[in-house]
Amino acid sequence: MIGQGVENSLFTDIVFWAIAVSSIVAAIAVVQLRDVFRAALFLIVSFLGVAGIFILLRAEFLAAVQVLIYVGAISVLIIFAILMTRDVEEGSPSSRLRIPAGIVAALFAAVAIFVALDTDWKLLQPAIEESTLSAGTVDRINEIFSNTIPWIAGLLIRDFVLAFELASVVLLAAILGALALIREG
Amino acid sequence: MSLESVLIVAAIIFAIGLYGALSKRHVITVLMCIELMFNAVNITAVALSRYIVPSTLRADPQAVGDEVVQFLLTGQIFAIFIITVAAAEIALGLAIVIAIYRNRQTVFVTDANLMKK
Repeated sequence: MIGQGVENSLFTDIVFWAIAVSSIVAAIAVVQLRDVFRAALFLIVSFLGVAGIFILLRAEFLAAVQVLIYVGAISVLIIFAILMTRDVEEGSPSSRLRIPAGIVAALFAAVAIFVALDTDWKLLQPAIEESTLSAGTVDRINEIFSNTIPWIAGLLIRDFVLAFELASVVLLAAILGALALIREG
Repeated sequence: MSLESVLIVAAIIFAIGLYGALSKRHVITVLMCIELMFNAVNITAVALSRYIVPSTLRADPQAVGDEVVQFLLTGQIFAIFIITVAAAEIALGLAIVIAIYRNRQTVFVTDANLMKK
């Protein structure tokens, strides 16, 4: 049932919670493991879980980008950096700020969860079911979510073209900056 | 999977990343935790763009034009730009890590205190 609003089958629920729990457990492992190399490997698991959540949210293109850039490039870069600084072999200790940081993070999580549960979201699915949207609009929405890639391409080179071009400048600046920092002498 | 459950998962991942970024001494762990936070923000943006009626559609429920319906995908566009900036950030961050390691033989954020002296 491609594009038919938001799925609510039991199967999707099970897959979502399995992915979400493994992603969260991997994230906890990233902050708790003392061995930085293992933490980086668990970071890859967490990235893959996020890619799975993207697929469940009908963002297949983003899932592919996530796997290519995060799993393929960023984690390799991190692992290289860990290996290059390997002889400082003391693991990843916590600083003095551990308890205040935990309090801040817990406070943030509590506030964010409260906001997520308490806000009166204007959801798409009830709007479709109660037909407050016209049939043509619903068809259009289904068409968009059945294949998002052409629409994303259109948005990138039309409505967001300035940001798109700026992104290339940002990447160029990052490349040059990284080279200048790494250069010997 | 409702919108709320996705948002809660994203909030938990963000909180874990926040805790790690504030409390860890190893600078590469701090960078990894920042990546976790970027990921959580991306999940939130994509989920909101998937589940929410865009305000332009709420104002005009009959609209079918490209300019209105395409706002459904703005969250995904945001996520793409966030991923771009995250890639640039991690490249620069690791370059700085390597540069500091070369000069001072340390990878702990608490030891990089040249500016304090």
